Amino acid sequence: MQHHLVLRVVTRGLIPLILLFALYVQFHGDFGPGGGFQAGVIFGAAFVLYGIVAGLDRATAVAAPGLVVGATCVGVLLFAGVGVAGMLRGGQYLDYGVLSADPVAGQHLGILLVELGVGITVAGVMIGLFCAFSDKR
Amino acid sequence: MLLTFLAIVAIAVAWLPNLFAAVMLLGMFSLLSAGLFVVLDAVDVAFTEAAVGAGVSTILMLATLARTNARQRRRQGSRLIALAASVLTGGALIYGTLDRPLFGDPGAPIHQHVAPRYLERSGVEIGVPNVVTSVLASYRGYDTLGEVTVVFTAGIGVFALLGFGTNRRRDDARGDG
Repeated sequence: MQHHLVLRVVTRGLIPLILLFALYVQFHGDFGPGGGFQAGVIFGAAFVLYGIVAGLDRATAVAAPGLVVGATCVGVLLFAGVGVAGMLRGGQYLDYGVLSADPVAGQHLGILLVELGVGITVAGVMIGLFCAFSDKR
Repeated sequence: MLLTFLAIVAIAVAWLPNLFAAVMLLGMFSLLSAGLFVVLDAVDVAFTEAAVGAGVSTILMLATLARTNARQRRRQGSRLIALAASVLTGGALIYGTLDRPLFGDPGAPIHQHVAPRYLERSGVEIGVPNVVTSVLASYRGYDTLGEVTVVFTAGIGVFALLGFGTNRRRDDARGDG
């Protein structure tokens, strides 16, 4: 395994940076390119990289299948839930302006939560697809 | 020039019988598309295309190749009919684009209806600097909900087919069915 040593050391340093970058892209989507879809894919790519280098068993120990499928569902529920919350507070479905006292702040909050839901679902699907396809059992 | 590379890569992907090389070339195709999007000033789309196409999609196709053959089987059936169908479809598409307004024409219909309103009012109504995000998540939030639902449905479809997320192991399932 000596010739894999460089790979393991480099990815051990790189994976936290990739995860951090994914979070940056997620929450910086308001100000620059980015948003939920891109962040979700990058987040999933970090787990895929770990799975490729450390083996599928280790990756499955980190990202349990039940957790991954649950995360996929939670993201969509979060998005739809923001819409229902808009209705419960007196507006229409997916009306963000009523989520807070100030309409613009409500828009910010709505966009943040919605993009978070998108990011969680996309990350869950990416990780789950990789683990499902690579599973040799 | 990017479009030329794109066409060359596309022809190479269709031509090669070695599927591993074809998957690598598909990754290149995605990267070239991302470059094209950057040239067209669509940075968000380029970001997504590069991450999904050149990144994760290549990995998933390689994982699929690990389960199936790495070489394409000899094609049965007539190739002339396939060629004729492709040429006809491509010709119809090119004929359809002859009527399009010029690229970047400010008088084009797409720039008349809601686009100016979004661009003018986004700063005041939503207060988010990135107009792409404000259109995607707020003005057209319902469409984004549909997109997320599509991703979700595709994901759980694959999970259900491959038995991911359940405690059932695949060799047990084969014994049952």
